[in-house]
Amino acid sequence: MSRSGFAQRMLALTRKEVRQMLRDRSNLAVGLLLPIALILLFGYGLSLDVEHSPVAVVMEDTSPTAREVFTAFQGTMYIDPSWAGSMQEAERRMLAGDLDAIVRVPVDFSRRAAQGDATVQLVLNGVNSTTATSVEGYVGGALANQALKQSDRMGDKPDGGGVVLQQRMWFNEAGISTWYLVPGLLVLIMTLTGAFLTSLLIAREWERGTLESLFVTPVRPLELVLSKLAPYVAIGLIDMAMCLVAARWLFEVPIRGSLLLIVLASFLYLVVSLAMGLFISGVTRNQFQASQMALLTSFMPAMMLSGFVFDLRNVPVVIRYIGEVLPATHFMNLIKTLFLAGNNAAQVLQECGILLVYGVVLVFAAKRTLRKTLDR
Amino acid sequence: MGKLIAFLAQVGSLCRKELLALLKEPSSRAILFAPALLQSLLFGYGATYDLNHVPYAVLDQSRGAASIELLARLDGTGVFERKHTLVSPRQIAEVIDDNEALMVLSIPADFERRLASGQQAPLQVILDGRNSTTAGTAGAYMGSIVASYNQSLGNASGGVTVERRSWFNPNLEARWNIMPALIAALSMLQTLLIAALSVAREREQGTFDQLLVTPLTPMQILIGKALPAIAVGLVQSTLIFLVIRFWFHIPLMGSVWLLYLGLFTFTGASVGIGLSISALSLTMQQAMLYTFFLIMPLMLLSGLLTPVRNMPEVLQVATYVNPLRFGMSIVRRVYLEGAGLADVATDFIPLLVIAAVTLPLAAWLFRHRLS
Amino acid sequence: MTEAAATIVAEGLRKVFPGPGGKPVHALDGVSLTVRAGELTALVGPDGAGKSTLLRMVAGILAPDEGRLQVLGMDAAKDAQGIQDRISYMPQRFGLYEDLSVQENLDLYADLHGVSQEQRQQRFQRLLAMTDLARFTSRPAGKLSGGMKQKLGLACTLVRSPDLLVLDEPSVGVDPLSRRDLWEIVQQLVDDEQLSVIVSTAYMDEAERCAQVFVMHQGKVLADGTPAALRERARGLTGIVTPPDGVPARDLQARLIDATELIVDAVPSGGSVRFIRQPDAAPGKLAELLQGLPAHGRPEELEDAFMLLLRQHHAEQEDAPPASDLMPPKAVLRSRDEKPVIIVRDLVRRFGDFTAVASTSFDVRRGEIFGLLGPNGAGKTTTFRMLCGLLPATSGHLEVAGLDLRTARAQARGRIGYVSQKFALYGNLSVHENLQFFGGAYGLRGTALRARIKAVQSQFQLDPVAVSGDMPGGYKQRLAMAVGLLHEPDILFLDEPTSGIDPLARRSFWRTITALVQGGVTVVITTHFMEEAEYCDRIAIQDAGRVLALGTPKEVREQAGTAHGGDMNSAFIAIVEQARAQGHQSGAEKVA
Repeated sequence: MSRSGFAQRMLALTRKEVRQMLRDRSNLAVGLLLPIALILLFGYGLSLDVEHSPVAVVMEDTSPTAREVFTAFQGTMYIDPSWAGSMQEAERRMLAGDLDAIVRVPVDFSRRAAQGDATVQLVLNGVNSTTATSVEGYVGGALANQALKQSDRMGDKPDGGGVVLQQRMWFNEAGISTWYLVPGLLVLIMTLTGAFLTSLLIAREWERGTLESLFVTPVRPLELVLSKLAPYVAIGLIDMAMCLVAARWLFEVPIRGSLLLIVLASFLYLVVSLAMGLFISGVTRNQFQASQMALLTSFMPAMMLSGFVFDLRNVPVVIRYIGEVLPATHFMNLIKTLFLAGNNAAQVLQECGILLVYGVVLVFAAKRTLRKTLDR
Repeated sequence: MGKLIAFLAQVGSLCRKELLALLKEPSSRAILFAPALLQSLLFGYGATYDLNHVPYAVLDQSRGAASIELLARLDGTGVFERKHTLVSPRQIAEVIDDNEALMVLSIPADFERRLASGQQAPLQVILDGRNSTTAGTAGAYMGSIVASYNQSLGNASGGVTVERRSWFNPNLEARWNIMPALIAALSMLQTLLIAALSVAREREQGTFDQLLVTPLTPMQILIGKALPAIAVGLVQSTLIFLVIRFWFHIPLMGSVWLLYLGLFTFTGASVGIGLSISALSLTMQQAMLYTFFLIMPLMLLSGLLTPVRNMPEVLQVATYVNPLRFGMSIVRRVYLEGAGLADVATDFIPLLVIAAVTLPLAAWLFRHRLS
Repeated sequence: MTEAAATIVAEGLRKVFPGPGGKPVHALDGVSLTVRAGELTALVGPDGAGKSTLLRMVAGILAPDEGRLQVLGMDAAKDAQGIQDRISYMPQRFGLYEDLSVQENLDLYADLHGVSQEQRQQRFQRLLAMTDLARFTSRPAGKLSGGMKQKLGLACTLVRSPDLLVLDEPSVGVDPLSRRDLWEIVQQLVDDEQLSVIVSTAYMDEAERCAQVFVMHQGKVLADGTPAALRERARGLTGIVTPPDGVPARDLQARLIDATELIVDAVPSGGSVRFIRQPDAAPGKLAELLQGLPAHGRPEELEDAFMLLLRQHHAEQEDAPPASDLMPPKAVLRSRDEKPVIIVRDLVRRFGDFTAVASTSFDVRRGEIFGLLGPNGAGKTTTFRMLCGLLPATSGHLEVAGLDLRTARAQARGRIGYVSQKFALYGNLSVHENLQFFGGAYGLRGTALRARIKAVQSQFQLDPVAVSGDMPGGYKQRLAMAVGLLHEPDILFLDEPTSGIDPLARRSFWRTITALVQGGVTVVITTHFMEEAEYCDRIAIQDAGRVLALGTPKEVREQAGTAHGGDMNSAFIAIVEQARAQGHQSGAEKVA
């Protein structure tokens, strides 16, 4: 068959896929609305930074010195202090799930403070360990601050020597979690739209029996794969544009690398994740299994194992290797660098190369599932 | 009595058929149960904010006893791993950019001298902020090491010592926090999808009409469709629970019965949502995509990764229709705190309300969804 | 004919599928055949004979386990794509894209086959006229009736003239008018363009049109030759007998067909019964069976030969139990004077601005077989769905056993059985599991359920462990029937229950139905086999939502006039065409 035959068939098949996509509104809901919802959720709803944490203060010592402890917690946005009459009351509230921590100021607080070794007890609610760790830091910080103010007032000289830590956080000076969540969101959205939208495409045709008729035409398997990818690549590119616009102007995340490279890398990853969905679809030939597989292989891994929320550097080696197998991890690395750090030729080449290999392998794997035979 | 037996027998045969359809093929069985095990292991290890390895590089321009002592303390933690010893400030950017090091310590040439003379000695720490949470944690850790070092120099200020105790999670491990939540979250994903596909699959394959001409009442169809999905969900939850309890050794503080009562109510509410989606959808594709559309916000607004309290007011209100928020809360609190029924009763209410709305809605839609 | 003019040459083809319970199924068991170019060739045979497997191999989408297959001079196993570039193939269930419109489906296949724009215009016009789909070009294919989908599938297959046309049961569920048109267009292609066609079919009148017929059975070719040569086998065995006045032809037919030692086959036709006698039947015994009714000889037809071949083959293996043994009639006698069981008055159903059923009225009495006939898209299925309570009526009144099933209590539904047009059972469950579920849903349990399952399984010769979705089309239909009859309903709604099942199974099916009716069961049925209308007490012919004729088969034949040959098929065509011509006229008048 001539090349024009290829072009004509591609056009016809692509037109068919576009029509099918547009006729079912659920496609557009997941393809366009879900990304918008996610962008807004991530931008405004989710924050790993703890604020207004409810902390009860139990004053067993009522001297003015001890009361200073309470004032220490006022005026910070991180802690919402409240009084508790007794330790029992505070513990009851903690058990009811109303408190993140209890600060207990013991009876001998002011006496020991005069000696310079005052102690307060901090009881943390460990159910949410992340919050607990943050609260611990805030409480410690607030107390230290207070002590500093106090000693200032008393006219004590600040202590002399010692090591002073000058911390600088590169790429994200203020340590805003949005800055790394938003580039990660791009990964998440590309993964989800890719896997969710394409994972039923081939399985559906098997179940409805449309492939048998289609096979006995001059159509080539690769044409089927490419025509199924095309409309969803378009949707994915729109999503990518939305993400970039939101990142730049809504969340004001810096884009320090080349925009062109970001677009290129996203395109590569988009093809990888779409082809992955198609492959799942073709292997299972069953919409029920395909949808379960898509859910299992895309959403949770991309969220939990790609370094999106949890840093892969913290996990055991085996899990880290598993994470490294996921294309999402490589794209995640690359996109965070491109957004926050800038162009890094070696990394760009390496990660793009890996994505390219994944893309080619998956497209051909998907093509193989469309070998024109009813034999399994 | 005879009527009741007949009713139950009819429901029983529908349940049986649903379970067969779900579990008959080995591939379907594998897909429903293997991932629950695998994921709970993977995420048990993978879902952690706890720092275990901080690769760092050092640029020591002082090369004195003090800097060596400080570095020794750092290496002694077992968390900080020295990957590179730099010789020039130009290399700092290189190791950070290439992800070789999360942190670079830059010790100035006059570090030793200033310390010895009782002056303040600045120590520069450069952190890779691409993941600001990790960076922040590493920085804080570094801070505490320096503080204890200062103390050892005899420069401790007369501040307040904080004596920490942590309830429910003595070492404040992130795993303790995340894993019980996964009992609810992981099983919800697949259960929701099973329920959502159950009616849509019958509609698409034309079998639903055949079902509707039998004497089965909408109520019977509802029970027959809901129970198998709930059962699969509970089996998944059990698998995850066993992994947490016996592989990761996180002790169960509360009653196992209350835990399962909570899971049953939670799964029932999720299945109600799934069946409503299903009854509304004409094709499996619609059912699946609408489910996916819902799953993301349900997960994100549940408190799994970020506490509900951190969210803006509007979203906090929205979480009241999210069964996962309450299911997870029950599981976490019963599991870790040993909460009793009275403690978590308020969490049951939204779940019961969701189930009481969605399940009858689905049953009504079986017959009244216009084709 | 030279060797070069053969389009298909098969030698020793074998194909084994893993069957249920690990035992292999020999779909093809050493098939060798040669199909000549430029002619029509038919594959006939009972369900599961291996026809579809053979055609799929020809289309290059199944590889033979053994043997050699050459199509258009190419090796089907090695150069499948080469073959696929040159043939057109219509599978048993043509995969239309239901969310695309009729026109979009046609365009897609025209594009894929590289049909030029000029060729396309003329071709589409002809195909749309032939299939009567011109009115519906913008309608989504999923919204077409079952028969119209089949016609659209055929149209998509015929968008170009290939070197070989492969049709797998193209006329299943297609009404007689469209079937006639369909064959005209295929015939025309053969005549004008010397097209080679291979077609599998359950209609013997279609096989009769072909130059060569292969009779397949259990993966083997049982016989082959021209229709005339095959007909020879039944010479002298065929006859026709008319029952005395007042006795329905189907009662006589039932008596004849049960006498398997004397009679090979019997079918009611035009008020009489056509039969084939056993070659070794003693004339005395035969006269005794006929109770003195005069039997006349009649010219033998291909169907006679086919029935003879298969019955002989079956007899060699084992005797299938006659259906009547397994369906003990309930002791309820027909009484004609009570209130009708089904009452339909001015029933209307509209979808948007499309009227599917327009003011339809009829009654069905208890113990009656009522046939609803009509072209595809006439509104039969819609009427059925309303009667079964699956669809609300737009207006009008309907009553089934005194109730509207849409609002009646659930138990009322236990009294009806429903077999839908499309296979609507659980495809991944086995035969036994399907029966068990539906039995349970109808409230059967314990020994009663087991007994009923056993009864229907043997009655329809179903393999309990077979996975229902993987069975050949005819067997799926049987399973659907088995489910419909499982709970011994009082009223049976059967929407094209016999589409796609072979003549042998159809006889057995109708024997069951007549036995049920004798027991007082009421049956409402649609069919496209017009000879099956002869089994009915009364029939209604519906088109475009309206009832055109209503009465006994004899009355309806008379309404059509005798000028059309007198059989039901031609009567049906005449009535529908008359009504359509009038409709066009009155339509034209309104415009004028």
